[in-house]
Parts: sequence; structure tokens; C-alpha cells
Amino acid sequence: MQSTNVANQPNYLEYRGKYKGLLGWIFSTDHKRIGLLYLYSMLIMFSIGALLGLAMKFELLAPGKTIMDAQLYNATFTVHGVIMIFMIVIPGLPAVFGNLLLPIMIGAKDVAFPKLNLLSWWFYVAGVFLVLSALIFGQGMPDTGWTFYAPYSFKTGTNMLPAIFGAFVLGFSSILTGLNFLVTIHRLRCPGLKWTKLPLFVWTLYGTAWIQLLATPVVGITLVLVAMERMFGVGVFDPALGGDPVLYQHLFWIYSHPAVYVMILPAMGAISEIIPTFSQKHIFGYKAIIASTMAIAFVGYLVWGHHMFTAGMSGTAQYYFSLLTFIVAIPSAIKVFNWISTMYKGSINLQTPFYWAVSFIFVFMIGGLSGLVLGALATNIYVHDTAFVVAHFHYIVFGGTGFAFFAAMHYWFPKIFGRMYDTAWANTGWLVFFIGFLTLYSPMFYLGMMGMPRRYYDYLEEFHGGNILSTFGSWILATGLIIIITNLVRSARNGPKAEANPWHGKTLEWTVPSPPPLENFDEIPEIGEHDGPYNYK
Amino acid sequence: MENSSHTVVHDHYDAEASKIGMWLFIFTELLLFGMLFVIYSVYRFMNPEAFHLAAEELDTFIGAVNTIILLVSSMTIAMSTTAIQKGNKRFTLLLLVITVILGIVFLVNKYFEWKVKFDHGIFPGSEMLTQTLSQGEILFFGLYFIMTGLHALHIVIGIVFIAVVMQKVAKRKIHAQRSALLDNAGLYWHLVDIIWIFLFPLFYLLT
Amino acid sequence: MSDEKKHVVPYRVYVIVLIALVILTLLSIGITGIELGKYTVAGALIFAIVKSFLVLTWFMHLKYDKLYIKLMVGFVFAILVVTIVVTFLDYLYR
Repeated sequence: MQSTNVANQPNYLEYRGKYKGLLGWIFSTDHKRIGLLYLYSMLIMFSIGALLGLAMKFELLAPGKTIMDAQLYNATFTVHGVIMIFMIVIPGLPAVFGNLLLPIMIGAKDVAFPKLNLLSWWFYVAGVFLVLSALIFGQGMPDTGWTFYAPYSFKTGTNMLPAIFGAFVLGFSSILTGLNFLVTIHRLRCPGLKWTKLPLFVWTLYGTAWIQLLATPVVGITLVLVAMERMFGVGVFDPALGGDPVLYQHLFWIYSHPAVYVMILPAMGAISEIIPTFSQKHIFGYKAIIASTMAIAFVGYLVWGHHMFTAGMSGTAQYYFSLLTFIVAIPSAIKVFNWISTMYKGSINLQTPFYWAVSFIFVFMIGGLSGLVLGALATNIYVHDTAFVVAHFHYIVFGGTGFAFFAAMHYWFPKIFGRMYDTAWANTGWLVFFIGFLTLYSPMFYLGMMGMPRRYYDYLEEFHGGNILSTFGSWILATGLIIIITNLVRSARNGPKAEANPWHGKTLEWTVPSPPPLENFDEIPEIGEHDGPYNYK
Repeated sequence: MENSSHTVVHDHYDAEASKIGMWLFIFTELLLFGMLFVIYSVYRFMNPEAFHLAAEELDTFIGAVNTIILLVSSMTIAMSTTAIQKGNKRFTLLLLVITVILGIVFLVNKYFEWKVKFDHGIFPGSEMLTQTLSQGEILFFGLYFIMTGLHALHIVIGIVFIAVVMQKVAKRKIHAQRSALLDNAGLYWHLVDIIWIFLFPLFYLLT
Repeated sequence: MSDEKKHVVPYRVYVIVLIALVILTLLSIGITGIELGKYTVAGALIFAIVKSFLVLTWFMHLKYDKLYIKLMVGFVFAILVVTIVVTFLDYLYR
């Protein structure tokens, strides 16, 4: 693949068009600027969500009330969940790295619908403001949990409607991004870039986009129905009027389970980019990874009931969902084998992205295996709604999507900002964060098995020791976060200039300058018969 | 890098990309309404007699008329995509006008249907509904108002969409070589028709 | 990027499809008037499915579209059906 001569284009960070200054960003239809807009918005919202998490951990430092009462605790975990799920991990990798890199990785100048792309971000911001307004106005912060279970979600006096509409609007943002990426990948691949030559990150964005498109409307209509219940009392989920609250759960999880694959597929895609680069070796089993990606995306639609084993479903449904849950674990496991096999006999380059990638595999496996405990009916009864579940999803989501996000951030940072970060601080931050992560979440597995419920601000004295350790872990993790983010923010401004291909990657983004020029390429590249994204010697 | 007077001008008209985009959007609507049909099926399964009873309260004749209206309007907008290809601007606009008028007539019928119900005290959360009717009937009418209401909202959006398209056809911004927006408006309208094709029997015919 | 030469559908095709749709509508009203017990719902649904198929194939141009679009449409309907079936695994066997 030839590199492009782009001396006549400004880079996208410095370009000045019709609008000046801040307006030049919030009205920009450049996918790269939109990606950064998402990054900065998410940084702010993540900080708020993290502070809420720290507050919860502080409350759990001791039994009984520590800093907040039950009502405030309920509101805290609700808002923490809504922010983290709908504003961070679901948009997460697609909105930031998908926007920044997808067009470049397929040899295009932008996405298929650039204005729609900007609209997606505006919807994101609108959704954020709606949710935040729920905290400020009205009768009190939402306290239902991020899952908005009926009938409480339409009976509670707290400020549910802005939160519900906020989540609805955020869903719109997600749908439009998915739509845009699907058309982009179908129509804007450069000449010679066949489907079987696409980077794996692009494949995962493709599978994810289908889920965003098809699953999000389900939660959209479900939230609308909850709003209808609150405003008009139609009865669809109200047992007093004949409705079935379990039906709410079905509809909610028909979206929310595929949503977790929105969270994890692009994360796996990023790892599938990083491991070959830092092993300087072709990915092992390229087609197997594609197949497993699409299998996860599809089978992921069929397992939602495993969130509802104790809700009152029929035995048949329980058996079915448990079986499918075990089946869907297989393609994920395949990927882990492929990553490890890629590293075997590779020329390993020990850099920050690689540390994040390897630790991702470690925490993701723990999270995934704990999912099997939850997927088996007999054990689920004991650990459902305990701290075990909290540990499971934080390992999978924070460990999975979170670690992959940091891995991707450190991998593509030089490309995005044209500067390098301080490696010593980056590695230190990683290590502190990793230790904090394990300390924070590991005790929860044990506490859950011993019977400590989730979403309670109080607990029995026998759980005290584990909680102290966990809260202590949260402080270590927070320290790690501060180190990481400070390093990145400072380096984006003042770091040493980066070259086009510091990691010797083989995908198209490494053939353009760092940072990329406005239209990515001077000439659209052409992919030869023997070119490929992982063709290392 | 100098901040040059580099301007970015793109006119990539890709009809196929627009078509895929519209179909993808249609998929989201199919899932949206599809879930309402899931809810309907579950509650019908749980309350078969009550659903039969409640369906008798709806006027099959108006429902049938509305069905025919939408089917005809689907034909007229489909024909408009042929007309634009033949370069027949006036006929295109005529067909689109008819489509819009039919859509409005549909909405007027809907308005009167709902008004009749409201006058009898049947509306979401009403006392008459929640205190006197059985649970199955409450669910039936709840779903009836939500689903036909959401559908009517989509008809309104469709009418606006077609109006915008008409304006562009009149100004020759949409023409035989650049017809994607008209084709896509057609796709959207047909979607709204398909949803009604299912709503009609499930609410009016299963008595 | 320009498309291939577009296939122009004759007006009469649309008129014929409409006539078929109207006939099917009238038939469905007739069929559901008869007491068929639990087959009434199935009957009504079958008519709706056939009518939708006509709208999709001719009005929505699927008949003349590329294969991948038809596959996508089929796939989405399959997902809907699967969702209903799996949900009923709960309600049918409670």
C-alpha cells in the first residue's frame, strides 16, 4: 500500500473552514472532529459517573449509613448506571474510534452521511442534558436502577420522564451511528478492498452497527410505553390493569442484552488490531474471528432471558435461555484462542497498548467465566442480584470495554493527535489502574457468593472486610485513572511529534500522516491482490 | 501546515447508499412496531375472549375504508417513481398530491374514530376504562390507542416528507437522474402502509 | 458514484398490485366473519403477510433490487419472528 502525499491539505486539527473556533468543531461534519467531540463529551460524563461510583464505594465502606441514606444511594446507583451504560460504554468505541478511524481504515474520505454523523453527536448531547436535568428539576433523582423495571418505574414519584426521554434520545444517536457505519462499510470501501481484506476492527464495527440498528428501537418503544404508563396509565405493564411486569423485562432485555455486544465487539476488534501489530505477526484465524464476530452478534439476540431467571418465566424458557447462553460463550472463547495463538512465536513489542491488550484478555476471561456461573440455572438462583453480578459485569464491561478503550486510546493516540505520550507514565498508570481494578472488583465475587445483595446501601457485619478492601481498591483505581488521563491530556498538547507509523502497523490509517489530513487521503488508495491488513513478513 | 483557503466541496450522489440508508431506517421502524405486536400477541394469548369482545367495539367499515385509502395511496406514490423516471413532472406532482390527500383523509377518519371512543369515555386511563371493563379489554384499548396513535404520527411525518419532496420536484431538484429522495419517501410511505396492513385485522377483524 | 440503468416499472404493474391488494382485503374481511375458532387469527395473519409481501416486492421495488437488500429484509423479518417465538417459550409454558 503506498503512502500518500498530502502536502496541500491541512491536518484536520488545524483546518479552518467556514466556522471559526469552537463553532468550527460543533458544526463540523468531519468524522475525525466528531470522534473527538464524542471523546471529550464522554470524558466529562465518565468523570461524573466515576465520582458517583466512588461515592457508592465510600458509602459501602461501613455497614449502615456512612455518607448517604437509602434513597440517595438508590439514586446514585441509578444515575451511575444510566451514565456509564448509555453515555459511555454503548457509544464508547464506535462513536470515538469508529468515527475517528473507520473511513481511513477503508480508504474513504468520510462516512456515507457526514451531516447525519454530526446530528448523532447533537442527539448525544441532547440526551445527556435531558438525563442531567432529571437530577436537578422535579421531585428527586431517578431511583429505579438503570433498568427502569416496571411497575416501580411508573409508580415512583421521582423524576423519571426526563431520564426516560434522555435515554430515548441517546438511543437515537446510537441508531443513526449504526446506520451511517453500515452504509459506509457497504459503499465506501476503496478499490480492491474486499470484505475478506477488511481489518477486524471494521468487521466488529459492522456487526455492532447491525445490533445498534436493530436492537435499540426495542428499548426505544419500551421506554415510550413506560412514559405512557406514567402519564396515562394504559396498563401494559401494570398488574392491576392486567399488564405483566415480566413482559417489561422481556422487552427491556431484548435490547439490553444485544447492547452488551455493542459494548464488547468493537473492544474485541481493537484488541484484534493491537495484538498483531505488537506481535508483528499475522492474526491467527482471520476468518474464524469474522465468523465468531457475526455469530456473537446474531446469537446475542437469543439469550436475553438469562437476566430474568428468577423473574417468573416458564421452566421451558429458563432451560432455553440457559442453553443459548452457554452457546454464545463459544465464539468469544474462540477469539481468545486466536489472540494467544497470534502472540505465539511473534516478535513481541512491549508497549503500553500491548499491556492493556494482554490485561484485557485476563480480565475479560474472568468476567466471561463468571458469566457461566450466572448462566447455569442452579447457581444463578444463589448469585442473582448479589454483588457477584456486579463483579461479573464490571469485569466484562469495565474490564472488557474499558481496558480495550484504554488500549485503543494508547494505540491510536499518535495518529489522532500527532504526538506521543510519556510511556513511563502511561505504563505506571496502567499498572496502578490494573491493581486497583482487581482490588476493587475481586472481593465482590466472594461477597456475592456469601450472600451480599446488590443495590443495598447497607449490609451485614460479616461482609465488612471484603467491602473495605473493595473500597480501598476504588481509590487505587481512581489514582490510576488520574495518572492515565493527565498523561494523555498533557501529551496531546505538548508531547513530542509522532511519525506516521510508530508501531509498524499494516492497516491503512498508518499510511497517512499523524495527524491525518482533512480528507484523509490525497488519492483514494487501491488495494492490490496481495495486500492485506496483517501482512507482516 | 498553513491554514489555507482549502475548501471542501463534495457532490457525491450515491442513490444506492441513500436507498440502503432508507431501508436501514425502515428496519428500525419494523422493530419498533414489531415489539408492539409482540405485546399485543402476548396479551391476546392471555385474554382471548376479552380481545374478541373489545374488537367488536371498533367500526370495521371505517377500518376497511382506511385500509383501502392507504393501499391506493401506496399505489399513487409508487406510480410517481415511474413518472419521475419518464420525466413527467406534472404527473409526478399530481400523484404525490393525491397521496397526501389520501393520507389526510385517513387522519380525518382516525380523528372521528377516536372522538367516538373518547365521547363514550374510552381513552387511556379513563375511569370508564379502568373501573368498568375487564383487564383484557383495558389492555386491548390501551394497545389500540398507542399503536394507532403511533401509526398516525408516522402518517403525519410521511405527509411532511412528501410535501418536502413535492417542493423539490417542482423546483427540479428531484428529477430522473436524481430521484433518490422521492424513491425513499415512497419506501417510507409503503412502510406505514404495511404497518396498517397488520393493524387492521388484529384490531378490527378478530371479533 | 452512479447507479446502473434504472428499471422503470410500468404503471399498470402498480394498478394490478393494487387490485390484488384490495381483493385480498375484502377476502380477509369475509374470512374473519366466519367462525373459525383459533384459526381465525392465523387466517387474518396469512392475508396480512401476503399483502405485505406484495407491497414489499412491487411497491417497494424489492423484486428489482440487488440480492443483498432482499437478504437484509428477510433477515430482519426473521429476527422479529424469532423474538416472538422465544418470548412465547415463556408465556406458552407458564
